[in-house]
Amino acid sequence: MTGLKEEILEILSEDARTPVEKMAIMLGRPEAEITQAISELEQDLIILKYSAHINREKADHDLVEAVIEVRVTPQRDRGFASIARRIYNFEEVRAVYLMSGGYDLQVQVEGHSLREVAFFVAEKLSTIEGVLSTATHFVLKKYKADGVIMDDEVDERLVISP
Amino acid sequence: MSMESKVTERVRNMPPSGIRKFFDIVQEMEDAISLGVGEPDFVTPWGMREAAIYALEQGKTQYTSNWGDFRLREAIARYMRTRFSLNYDPHQQILVTVGGSEGIDLAMRAFISPGDEVLIPDPSYVSYAPGVTLAMGTPIAVRTYAEHGFSLQPEDLEAAITERSRILVLPYPNNPTGGIMRREDLERIAPVIMRHDLLVISDEIYAELYYGEGRHVSIAELPGMQERTILLSGMSKCMAMTGWRVGYACGPKELIAAMLKIHQYVIMCAPIMGQMAALEGLVSEMDNGFREISRMRRAYNRRRRIMHHGFNSMGLPCFEPLGAFYCFPCIQSTGMSSEEFCQHLLREEKVAVVPGTAFGESGEGYVRASYAASQEKITEALQRIARFVEKHIQ
Repeated sequence: MTGLKEEILEILSEDARTPVEKMAIMLGRPEAEITQAISELEQDLIILKYSAHINREKADHDLVEAVIEVRVTPQRDRGFASIARRIYNFEEVRAVYLMSGGYDLQVQVEGHSLREVAFFVAEKLSTIEGVLSTATHFVLKKYKADGVIMDDEVDERLVISP
Repeated sequence: MSMESKVTERVRNMPPSGIRKFFDIVQEMEDAISLGVGEPDFVTPWGMREAAIYALEQGKTQYTSNWGDFRLREAIARYMRTRFSLNYDPHQQILVTVGGSEGIDLAMRAFISPGDEVLIPDPSYVSYAPGVTLAMGTPIAVRTYAEHGFSLQPEDLEAAITERSRILVLPYPNNPTGGIMRREDLERIAPVIMRHDLLVISDEIYAELYYGEGRHVSIAELPGMQERTILLSGMSKCMAMTGWRVGYACGPKELIAAMLKIHQYVIMCAPIMGQMAALEGLVSEMDNGFREISRMRRAYNRRRRIMHHGFNSMGLPCFEPLGAFYCFPCIQSTGMSSEEFCQHLLREEKVAVVPGTAFGESGEGYVRASYAASQEKITEALQRIARFVEKHIQ
């Protein structure tokens, strides 16, 4: 990937709403070149979508999030992919990762109550064929998510210095 | 009894910092956006803070060698060698100081005799001239110009030299202008320096914040210059470590020994926690291809372009600054003096910038705006300044 594309990604992950004109100034390159690079990043599925980081604790007090460790039996020829697919297609599932170590799939789930999440695990997740076991961990507080620290950091510099 | 008479004439006559007065006004104003800050808006990378915490836990609370921790000096030597192709012996050519500022003071005191003239490009950082005065020398301002990107021109240097000239202060990349001196610019002044047998105090604290092609070149890299150059630098700007106070001086061993003599009597050593953090930062940056420094530089560079573009499009001509984190736009079109501009801007639009005159007489007609601020703040401040300028431009 070119240096220009890397820097565009850096800018967009900081602020996905940065207009192309502004990026052209920031990077000292013509707008057309930026537009072209962005559309290539989109075509190559490097940029998947433009979304907002939301502090869900503030937006929705009832939200419950959980991380579930799932041990599975991989399927012949298909490995973990088909079972992962059966899991990630559920609305409640925010993320599914194949992990090294003591379990196979990490499933991140959100719901509106403990009961809802528990119900999902008991009724839907653990009944999938090939799922051997699950261990559910509820998120109590997020300090940093997606590289963003949740508490505001205050600028404590002197207002004027030489 | 007059207390005033207790203060030496030298100190009494020293003008108060042009920045101080302004500081008091800004401080009282809530929700002002400050572009007046001369330090990074990044916090020291966590790895370095963590290393300092660990050092404290390990009970590292003592003095270090007067020279500074040897591993840190070795790391500085390696950094100078790999980054600037400069060889300094960590045993006797590198001194760790309390920020770059102590290095300035040590050099002035070690190398100025009463009446010696010290040439200082103008505008420049506020400490050099008072440092010279305190060391009983005479500061001589050498004007630099926007049309030369505020780089020092050989003919201006030559014209300022007298038989009393001993030292040239070379502060590039420059605070407040953002000017740099490329290798070819340095090559043009080097013969003048040699001809008049000047010692160079090269303040390169902003060396890593360089946005020109290639990299910053130190004057010490030019043939015959290393033996007449004291190179001052530090971690404050490149590693966002201002409050830790860790800098260093590199130079010929006899000269560093002279600076060490003063340092060991008045300072003993730079604080050990800062030295430990600096060591961690330098080593990890050298090992990982200067990742953190590059990340910060890329961010500054983007804001630099936004600010430079912003000033020029609002009708305040601004040469393209290629170093440090300042823009130095010309405000003469408003008909105001630098100081008036800053005060009115602060009152009317609540944006703080620093009058160019705080950095020397040739700063008149200019203001210093720092882009060591978040992009949102810079954008908002530029909008307010544009509104202000539109109202006042003549």
